[in-house]
Amino acid sequence: MSELKEELKAKIIEQLNLEDVSVEEIADDDALFGDGLGLDSIDALELIVMLDKDYGIRLSDPKEGRKIFESVQVMADYIEANRTK
Amino acid sequence: MKKVYINSIASISPQKTFESASFLDDIIEYNDNVIPAFDPNYKEHIPPAAARRMAKGIKMGVVASKLAMEEAGIETVDAIITGTGMGCMIDSEKFVSAIIDNNEQYLTPTSFIQSTHNTVAGQIALGMECKAYNFTYVHSAISFESALIDAKMQLENNEANNILVGGVEELGAHTTNVHRVINHVKPEPVTISEVLNSNTEGAVFSEGANFFVVSNDKKDSSYAELLAVETYNTLQKDKLSETIKNFLEENNLKPEDLDLVVLGNNGDVDFDGYYNQLSENIFKNTKQVYYKHLVGENNTVSAFGVWLASKIIKTQQIPAIVNLNDIESAETNIVLCYNQYRGENHSLVLLKKC
Repeated sequence: MSELKEELKAKIIEQLNLEDVSVEEIADDDALFGDGLGLDSIDALELIVMLDKDYGIRLSDPKEGRKIFESVQVMADYIEANRTK
Repeated sequence: MKKVYINSIASISPQKTFESASFLDDIIEYNDNVIPAFDPNYKEHIPPAAARRMAKGIKMGVVASKLAMEEAGIETVDAIITGTGMGCMIDSEKFVSAIIDNNEQYLTPTSFIQSTHNTVAGQIALGMECKAYNFTYVHSAISFESALIDAKMQLENNEANNILVGGVEELGAHTTNVHRVINHVKPEPVTISEVLNSNTEGAVFSEGANFFVVSNDKKDSSYAELLAVETYNTLQKDKLSETIKNFLEENNLKPEDLDLVVLGNNGDVDFDGYYNQLSENIFKNTKQVYYKHLVGENNTVSAFGVWLASKIIKTQQIPAIVNLNDIESAETNIVLCYNQYRGENHSLVLLKKC
């Protein structure tokens, strides 16, 4: 699980071009949207595609993302429980 | 009709031109056939949250436009008009590559959103919260001039008072390689001093952004009056001199009235003849300068020619590095910029000291 969280942090930084953020600066429970990392709706779409491409998880309802992308911890829990690859 | 003035200029190019205090006095030497723009510190001008989705062309356009706005001393404009021949190549390549690599699956929105030709003008508008007229002209080597004509007409007819107009081009790795394959890029690396006499086909490819605030309100700090702009998609070489004479005549001028011509020679052995025939005939007694040996060739590099002409008119100084001949002119009052790319899309921009 710890490895997956580190992997997710690195992917978020790379795919969302968070140039000034390092893996160490993202805490497992930091909010990804709003006051935390400050991600927006376009980032949410990027993360939905990442879940599908890298973990085989297809979100049928984009609104699900609001809960799943709450933090790296919540994302990792969801991926562990639902991944197909 | 109202007169049109260039009230501010800003340039990001392969030279250190974004520092308005200097004027080509610290030249970057190259020995290459593709030269990137010399980057300012973008972080000083663009918030990190906004910059993270911007490819280089967008950053160059946004920063060059900010510098032009700062120099003009205004917060907003009545129109934002850009020209770009190739648009946002980096994100276009990224998006198309993703389509191919992922078998048309898993397409993400960012590069698609950022890949449209109007992205730069859109981002400039977002940055200054400007909801006014916003337009991008895409027409190969006359993209910038098309934007300039639009701005000029709006100002002359008093439909606007201040307009931000500019040209932007970025290098995309794949597209540049395609241009290498079709011999539009020079086969060999060349230095600044070798470009004109390279005697090979193709040009040194480059990127950059040049922006101007044009206005029908003349200021003490204005650079020049924009007298006329004309474009020609096709023009036979043997009709060029006559066409330029007619253009000048329409503006009540003769070739000998010009104090300076800014020529777009890029060292392509197949197409520099257009410029050479002018240098050797109708402009043989006129001071001539060129610039593509310093900043390379791209679809809106002619905007750099207008930047150079404006700077020369305002400072009344001609950097030695741009001299194409040795003729001295006591004063630089009337300047003609002429450009073409591969024998097509010719443009004439006529400026006057104000």
